[in-house]
Amino acid sequence: MTITQLPILSMLIWTPIIGGIWALIAGDRQEQTVKYFSLAVSVITFVFSVMLYLEFDTSVVEMQFVEQASWISAFDIQYYLGIDGIALPLILLTSFTTILVVLAAWEVIEKHISYYMAAFLILTGLMNGVFAALDAILFYVFWEAMLIPMFIIIGIWGGPNRVYATIKFFLYTFLGSVFMLVAFLYLYVKAGSFEIEMMHSVPLSLLAQQFIFVAFFLAFAVKIPMWPVHTWLPDAHVEAPTGGSVILAAIMLKMGGYGFLRFSLPITPDASLYFDDFMIVLSLIAVVYIGFVALVQEDMKKLIAYSSISHMGFVTLGFFIPFSIYANTGQLSGAIMGVEGAMMQMISHGFISAAMFLCVGVMYDRLHSRQIKDYGGVVNSMPYFAAFMMLFAMANSGLPGTSGFVGEFLVILASFQSSFWIAFFAALTLILGAAYTLWMYKRVVFGDVTREEVAELKDINGREALILFLLAVMVLAFGIYPAPVFDVMHVTVENLINHSLQSKLL
Amino acid sequence: MSAELALAIPEITLLLLACLVLIVDAFSNDPDHKLSYWLTQASLLLTLSLVLSVNPPVTQVIFDNSFISDSMSTILKAFICGITFVVFLYSFEYLKENKLVKGEYFVLGLFAVLGMMIMASAYSLLSVYLGLELLSLSLYAMVAMNRESPAASEAAMKYFVLGALASGMLLYGISMIYGLTGTIQLSAIADAIASDSINKSFLVFGMIFMIIGIAFKLGAAPFHMWVPDVYQGAPTSVTLFISTAPKLAAFAMAMRILVDGLYPLVEDWQAILTILAVLSMAVGNIIAISQSNIKRMLAYSTIAHVGYLFLGLIAGTQAGFAGAMFYIISYAMMSMGAFGMIILLGRFNFEAENLEDFKGLSERSPWFAFIMMCLMFSMAGIPPFLGFWSKWFVLKELVASGFVALAAVAVVFSIIGAYYYLRIIKLMYFDKPESMTAIKASKQMRVVLTANGLLILLLGLLPDSLMQICIAALTG
Repeated sequence: MTITQLPILSMLIWTPIIGGIWALIAGDRQEQTVKYFSLAVSVITFVFSVMLYLEFDTSVVEMQFVEQASWISAFDIQYYLGIDGIALPLILLTSFTTILVVLAAWEVIEKHISYYMAAFLILTGLMNGVFAALDAILFYVFWEAMLIPMFIIIGIWGGPNRVYATIKFFLYTFLGSVFMLVAFLYLYVKAGSFEIEMMHSVPLSLLAQQFIFVAFFLAFAVKIPMWPVHTWLPDAHVEAPTGGSVILAAIMLKMGGYGFLRFSLPITPDASLYFDDFMIVLSLIAVVYIGFVALVQEDMKKLIAYSSISHMGFVTLGFFIPFSIYANTGQLSGAIMGVEGAMMQMISHGFISAAMFLCVGVMYDRLHSRQIKDYGGVVNSMPYFAAFMMLFAMANSGLPGTSGFVGEFLVILASFQSSFWIAFFAALTLILGAAYTLWMYKRVVFGDVTREEVAELKDINGREALILFLLAVMVLAFGIYPAPVFDVMHVTVENLINHSLQSKLL
Repeated sequence: MSAELALAIPEITLLLLACLVLIVDAFSNDPDHKLSYWLTQASLLLTLSLVLSVNPPVTQVIFDNSFISDSMSTILKAFICGITFVVFLYSFEYLKENKLVKGEYFVLGLFAVLGMMIMASAYSLLSVYLGLELLSLSLYAMVAMNRESPAASEAAMKYFVLGALASGMLLYGISMIYGLTGTIQLSAIADAIASDSINKSFLVFGMIFMIIGIAFKLGAAPFHMWVPDVYQGAPTSVTLFISTAPKLAAFAMAMRILVDGLYPLVEDWQAILTILAVLSMAVGNIIAISQSNIKRMLAYSTIAHVGYLFLGLIAGTQAGFAGAMFYIISYAMMSMGAFGMIILLGRFNFEAENLEDFKGLSERSPWFAFIMMCLMFSMAGIPPFLGFWSKWFVLKELVASGFVALAAVAVVFSIIGAYYYLRIIKLMYFDKPESMTAIKASKQMRVVLTANGLLILLLGLLPDSLMQICIAALTG
């Protein structure tokens, strides 16, 4: 039996969920066992996803590793899984990040660590489900169910203002997604099926597309998040425990981007074209305005949260620029470059934001403060840490040679084919990103040691070094040789763009 | 005649058994009335099995066209008996703990079940009314059962006076319809209206009064005033009962009157129900936010849920009615669990009815905090719990019938509603407990409540069977 015959996507979903349930049952009595067990489960899940990568056929447009079974026969809802070149990198990212989160919690979480691990393992399974689901209702179930563990994670292990933050997070995302549900139900009436691929091909009037686009927009713009519905993110990030921030930034934000690619563009191409300028303007506002907002933050986590929003502006810009490029040049290559750049930006941001949050976590564990002014001169007591953080700060500001550069560069390059001014404003991020990240880095790491506590800081231990090392490898590897990511997604993106640039009006 | 009687055997048996319990209890010296309790439970199980064995392959109307036996009535009756069985299981614990055990409680409960079964099978306006009164009168007395409690007496008075008023409205509507169509038999009413020979505005006038009666019994805004007071004032075991099985009966009443009898007026009652649905969702979800008493909060949540139930009826299709039935059955199961949890946390002379009493439950009892979390997420309509599918089902049918805007309004209110369910989870998981008093409850109570909670999760993961049952009930 070859690997392709295994229900490998189901294994990716259910291994961590069942592992998480076991961790819940084992509870606080067997903390040590649960810790090693969780690590094992997350590594096994990662191995599954690597197998997926190795067996993935990059030359095929169709969904791969398809699993199809009837779930709710009364309404023809199926347990229908499959992946293409967009979903695969995100699944790899998810299972990779889970290992880091488990490691990062090792000695840090003091309260109910088994439940903490359980929540993250279940969350991983659900997130893999989101990326693998090909039935709209199955997708929605994973999408919503994911809120439950995250709500618990922020609420139990979060900071002082955690209750406000977690309820805001929950209600905001819930608000977005319920309209998506109504849109799915409407599409079911039109397409006669909940299969996402069937929805792609159903013709719709412009008005219907506009309403559906707005419903999807509410769901995905809140999740990714776009200005002006981003306000839950800084709150959630600041209050969440380190692991929660990492998962939020590295994976959950990407779901918004994934949603735009999987639903908005192919299901409502004409409305996407119609709202193209609107989306581009919102993206540029996120890139520029939020960049300025990040500049004045005094809380490190908040600063990184705003920087995430700003980077996500690049992603939405890359997703919606193809329409105007195609209108200007009549060629597909620029359009494809925009979407691929945005995808690359999502993957790279997954590593970089995770790394930045983990760096803040490392300092927070020692000094229990996230305020920039409480630090200064950290390099004197933590030289190895300072070196790692330097790399990540550079990557965050888009230094060539790091993965942060590739996506931004491609999106800016693509924007030039649309309009000089779009590219101009997008390129401001190179200045702004460098400004807020490096200025923060300077204030935290360099300078004179003003506080005794900083002077007594211990440098990173082996566990922390391992986590940061893994991320550093990823950031550099994809910065120097990003081709694997592009190989995986190229055929899918090309097909998607071809589909999305064709009108499907009634 | 005997063939006709055969179809009504469950009701006849239940009547005889209720009388038997009354007699047996009169001769009992046991302060806990154990014998009456077990007899009651046995009667319910026996009736349940009879209901299932009668299950006819074809719809039959008997007793001079006033009693119908079809798949909807069979399934509703089966759920009514089953749910009441669990309700009495929870109740008995509560009554023993609070020294309220009386034989009449069980007798009245059985008569209420009989009333509900008659409502489920009623096929003329007279049998609808008789079933409704049998149910209501039993419930009034049950609410007043704790005569030492001023709150309970006040609740009973309020329930009785407003209930009598609603019955009056219903009767007035019935008399109008009877006067116009010359019949009280539901299918004959539908035929008479469909013949188009009757002035429609008079018909709608009569129909409005009947809808008021239905709305009152279900607790839909703006006829919801009694709900919070009765839910709060009544002994928790009675609140538990009122909020579960009678809702199924009220749904049956709505189906019989609006669909079997007044379907030719569907566009008119859709418009009226739309107003009631939006008002109920708004009033229920918004006012629930400001409640500090959990029984009151759940009362407002009931009002909101009734609004969603109406959405299925508004869809106006068989599938929509199936959705409404699925909704009310799943609601009854969730409500059962939530009130069961209040009983579980209570002690003698102490009702865990304030939200504060749920503080830090995850430290006191992680398992029951988890069960309650399942129930609350389910009520909020979050997958993968049963409550999601019930909302999903009615919304789907609503969209399929073209009411997309109404569906959008409904989901907006469900976001508002999510807040107060989340608040309970917040209290249980994110707050520190005020006392670490261990939970004192019998093993039986724990097992049943656990099963109740896990059922909500299981049916949320695999809702197909229950959906098929509801669809079969409406089309079979």
